[in-house]
Amino acid sequence: MGVPDVRESYGGRINTVTIGATPAEGGTRGKALKVGGHSTIPFLRFEGETIPPVIALEVQDIPPDPGEWPDALIEPYRDVLKDPVAWARACEKEHGADLICIRLLSIHPDRGNAPAAKARDTVLAIRDAVKVPLIVWGCDDDPRDNEVMPMVSQALAGEKCLLGMASQENYKTLAAACLADGHNLLGLSPLDINIAKQVNILVSDMGLPADRIVMYPTTGALGYGLEYTYSIMERGRLAALAGDKMMSMPVFCVVGPESWKAKEAKAPEVEAPQWGPAAERGVMWEVVTAVALLQAGADILLLRHPRSVGAVRKALQGLMPAKS
Amino acid sequence: MIVIGERINGMFKKVREAIQNKDAAFIRDLAASQVKAGASILDINVGTASTDPESDMVWLVNAVQAEVGVPLSIDSARHEPLEAGLAAVKGKRVLNSTTGKETDLAKLLPMAKKYDASVIALTIDEDGVPSTVDKRVEIAAKILAAAMDQGIAVDELYIDPITLPVNCAQDQPERVFAAITQFRMLSDPPPHTTIGLSNISQRLKEHRLLNRTFLIMCMAHGLDSAIVDPLDEELMKAVITAEMLMNKFIYADSFLEASRK
Repeated sequence: MGVPDVRESYGGRINTVTIGATPAEGGTRGKALKVGGHSTIPFLRFEGETIPPVIALEVQDIPPDPGEWPDALIEPYRDVLKDPVAWARACEKEHGADLICIRLLSIHPDRGNAPAAKARDTVLAIRDAVKVPLIVWGCDDDPRDNEVMPMVSQALAGEKCLLGMASQENYKTLAAACLADGHNLLGLSPLDINIAKQVNILVSDMGLPADRIVMYPTTGALGYGLEYTYSIMERGRLAALAGDKMMSMPVFCVVGPESWKAKEAKAPEVEAPQWGPAAERGVMWEVVTAVALLQAGADILLLRHPRSVGAVRKALQGLMPAKS
Repeated sequence: MIVIGERINGMFKKVREAIQNKDAAFIRDLAASQVKAGASILDINVGTASTDPESDMVWLVNAVQAEVGVPLSIDSARHEPLEAGLAAVKGKRVLNSTTGKETDLAKLLPMAKKYDASVIALTIDEDGVPSTVDKRVEIAAKILAAAMDQGIAVDELYIDPITLPVNCAQDQPERVFAAITQFRMLSDPPPHTTIGLSNISQRLKEHRLLNRTFLIMCMAHGLDSAIVDPLDEELMKAVITAEMLMNKFIYADSFLEASRK
């Protein structure tokens, strides 16, 4: 008796989104990255086509709050935390990021309320210092983001960046900027698949093509809602493969920032000696969260610790060995 | 839901006139508007008044396929216009329809096979339209077996349990529901099921309300296609909503708009 063929074939497909543009394509990046493009569930390459997920590292435009960043996380970045350009360069050259995610926290009213032009200049300096494609994410204060992001978008015109975040309540300004300047858009939804779809519909109605949208369904770290994120991503992927065009966007996961919020990741050893060395714990928390979300269908993982990058890449090689 | 647009039918006065006057622009508009409204197959019927049904059918098919690329359902009770229409279609085609009568099955299933057409099959046999669920299922099984003998795939078959006007036979709708459920258990994968929706409400006052309520109830029993007026906006919205309620796609506040993307 032969072995039954259990391969599934799906009518739908995850869109392929291209982030970054080379000089030939009107930008200045060293190469363009493609994300998404799957015609099967994660990593079943015997069943369909799939593009390997990519890793972004985070660069903040002001030094991180020491209350949020424990020593284990500060350590590898100690020399660059006050200089976002040097920080970005380290992420590219030393830590192997596929792309850089610039967080414009300085513009938040509670974090300094920096002028828009200053934020733009920081972004431009990073653009000139690195060759990898860029994600630029505002400060999550709608009025400030709506003031600053269009200026940043215009300054980066042609670079095919990924700009965030558009939400159900605030999407028009960012969508218009992405449309005008040729960027891709990150759409945020609060762990709610219906709102995720709604954001995609609203942004599409503005005229932004579906293959320029990436979804951020909100990430819960291990122990802090990981299974909600997982099940939403899983359901979204299956809906997309069944043909739901408004769910067929690649998925962005904020792994590093969410994982390092967990007390298990950041508690110092004096507070929790039974949990083992703090230098290991946080990285493990981040890597376990990342690997789970890879299997749920993550396309872009935003990580924080450089050692997590290597560990996640190793896991990826296990899931997607080079084709012989 | 596979929506088969019913509007290109010589029983409608304007279509009849367009056929007589060879007004291709009118037919093309009607084809385009039905596809835009969500029809994925268009039914083509020259009507009973045609004096030359074969050439009228070919003319209609050519007028429609000059405008849209969807599959066409060639609809005639007579075999010659059916064959002429099927031969004229360039893309995918549907034969509408055979019955379970031996003479129809023997003639029309080979015709469907010859043109690689899907088949709409009515559960009618030599005894006429059945009034019970069991008889409908028996005829459906006979049709299914005959189709398989001809090498027609089960998923190319659309079985219609026959709907009668509700004022003539008010006990029939619930038998149609039961028949739809049972048709789907005849094979794995199951055959498609379909209905000619407007039969339920012919010449009745609240025909649109009757059509849409009946269609949704049929869908809840597993109906996966129907010959309907896709230009009936409320009907199409109800279909989309029913599909969402049956968890065929993910809810979003703008789910009606999303289904048209």
